[in-house]
Amino acid sequence: MITAVLTIAGLASLFGLILGYSAIRFRVEGDPIADQIDSLLPQTQCGQCAYAGCRPYAEAIAAGEAEINRCPPGGETTMIALAELLGRDPMPLEDEAAAEKPKSVAFIIEADCIGCTLCIQACPVDAIVGAAKQMHTVIEDECTGCDLCLPPCPVECIVMRPLEATPRTWRWPFPKEITAEAAHG
Amino acid sequence: MADQRTTWSFYGGLRMDDHKALSTERPLQRMPMPARLILPLQQHIGHSAEPAVQVGEQVKKGQLVANAVDFVSAPLHAPTSGTVIEIGDRPIPHPSGLNDACIVIEADGQDAWAELPEPLPDYHAHSSAQLRERIRWAGIVGLGGAAFPTAAKVNTSGQRPIDSLIINAAECEPYITCDDALMRERAGDIVDGIVILRHLIDARECLIGIEDNKPEAIASLRQAITQSGQQDIEIVVVPSVYPSGGEKQLIQLLTGKAVPSHGLPSAVGVLCQNVATAAAIADAVLRGRPLIERIVTVTGHGVGQPGNFLVPLGTAADVLVQHAGGYTDRVHELIHGGPMMGFGLRDDRVPITKGTNCLLAASRDEAPPAEPERPCIRCGQCAEVCPAQLLPQQLFWYARARDFDKVQDYHLFDCIECGCCAYVCPAHIPLVHYYRFAKTEIWAQERDREKSDLARRRHEARQARLERLERQRKARLRKKKEALESKSGASDAVDPKKAAIEAAMQRAAAKKAAQQAAPSSED
Ligand code: SF4
Ligand code: SF4
Repeated sequence: MITAVLTIAGLASLFGLILGYSAIRFRVEGDPIADQIDSLLPQTQCGQCAYAGCRPYAEAIAAGEAEINRCPPGGETTMIALAELLGRDPMPLEDEAAAEKPKSVAFIIEADCIGCTLCIQACPVDAIVGAAKQMHTVIEDECTGCDLCLPPCPVECIVMRPLEATPRTWRWPFPKEITAEAAHG
Repeated sequence: MADQRTTWSFYGGLRMDDHKALSTERPLQRMPMPARLILPLQQHIGHSAEPAVQVGEQVKKGQLVANAVDFVSAPLHAPTSGTVIEIGDRPIPHPSGLNDACIVIEADGQDAWAELPEPLPDYHAHSSAQLRERIRWAGIVGLGGAAFPTAAKVNTSGQRPIDSLIINAAECEPYITCDDALMRERAGDIVDGIVILRHLIDARECLIGIEDNKPEAIASLRQAITQSGQQDIEIVVVPSVYPSGGEKQLIQLLTGKAVPSHGLPSAVGVLCQNVATAAAIADAVLRGRPLIERIVTVTGHGVGQPGNFLVPLGTAADVLVQHAGGYTDRVHELIHGGPMMGFGLRDDRVPITKGTNCLLAASRDEAPPAEPERPCIRCGQCAEVCPAQLLPQQLFWYARARDFDKVQDYHLFDCIECGCCAYVCPAHIPLVHYYRFAKTEIWAQERDREKSDLARRRHEARQARLERLERQRKARLRKKKEALESKSGASDAVDPKKAAIEAAMQRAAAKKAAQQAAPSSED
């Protein structure tokens, strides 16, 4: 009887030690959930989700305060990725029309620019360069296409130009299924 | 020169009708200089070249007209003398059918050479770095079709030493015979190029892999090797099984070594170069000449006089077809490349580039319209022929489902797009199209991710800056306030404050009590 108790107790403490050791040795660096969500968001920083940027929206989702369907630039893809990450059900996008807008970048019609710096202050990623009373320019590679610089411009000299595909960014279309009629008709 | 070297075999592949005789009946011809040449700034894998000339500038033949921008890039040279008449977007040979930046040169008919760099006949006396620099200057890229900058490929410093230099002369795709023609006509230059390459990378052995359907080319190479006295260059004749000319497949055939998934041939101590690339290296090193022309096969039942042509780079495809007897009335589609790996051109005014090995003017039989796609019956034939030993039906399944993680777990990026699977598929599924779709989607996602990472960094930097400014503003405000306060009451301790409050409270209580007492007395 006493041996049995001792054996079990011995085994229990042994496994306890192994588990305890593994917990330290093989510890997974926990990625806070908001970080993971943020890494899936497109970082447009446009605020169309009604939050002050992608990070605040990510935090709101993580806290269970916001739905996953509020990011138009991310579209379906982002919504599905979020659903997968969080184990929630996919849902229709809140603003379908906004999600279908082609990707664009801002362009300043330099002849009309009065150098007021209002757009520079509005740009969430510092993609506009220029100084007071100097003409401003958008760094195309850094512009996220968030539209935030449009409203402040007093002379409406900023336009959004859709990004055109080049041979380097072009994507093969999804193969369209050829039906019997289409092939022979 | 032992031909009896044991060859290995690679998994899968197809034996098919090679249709090569169509273009080998006529000898190699030089295409006359066209009136206009169109040079796309990107004719290679990597970054576009940057124009080094301006519109209106006179250029000489062989003059540099665009610079390589970095390590994986290649410069461009004028294929003839003339005037730069345009730098702008034009249709280029690309499956998208999109336009891209090109330099357009109008020939002046003089074909006058620019001053060229010194030939280096004593290349032995030059370091690998010097020879690489010459190859880089000449704008040489892999001429087998992949068009990877050669100077970058032969830079093996920092890698494990190269055991075997393998020269790819397999030319396995049906219809294409430009390497065959080159070997028949310029075997001596090929051997010179091989010797330079070998010196450059210090390879122990050198093997030329060639399919057994090119007896004239084999004979001509053998003769050139004997003449050069380089008897230890070995010609290895392999059976004609498509795609024996795939880099990994040829390495497997010749050495029995398997290049690991995602790995480069250098991982198994091998460097592969195409025969035409070797000849271009001889031109650059021994003659100081840049890459300004290449051999192109023009073939198919849709063209009058199929054959091989030495073509100045930048010649428009329609001009070349015209020179090859023009279209016949059987022409159905003009394909850039071969029937297995090529793509249809939407515009036949696109230029011949460094990567153009073949123009196939296909009749309806040669490029039959796609059959209706039926559901996969899981017959497994695709997996039997896949030379990369993949599971094409799984790849198809996940590509169609847009499950881009899963499709990569099944090694999508090991697919060489040889088309064997689609060729045998009884359900007529355009398998390779699905793989190309998945690959370009994955690349686009990667680009988006890079862009969003950049945006996140810049946004965070901006937030940090704004916060810092705000903190500084507050700090200034606090200081001002403190300065004001210290002026008004210097002896403010903790207790006096409390005492003051208490005193006030007492005063209030006393007042209240006094008020309560007062009315009763007044009443
Ligand atoms: S195209 Fe890709 S999947 Fe199909 S057989 Fe060739 S390597 Fe295999
Ligand atoms: S060959 Fe076609 S039908 Fe057969 S398993 Fe492969 S994809 Fe399916």
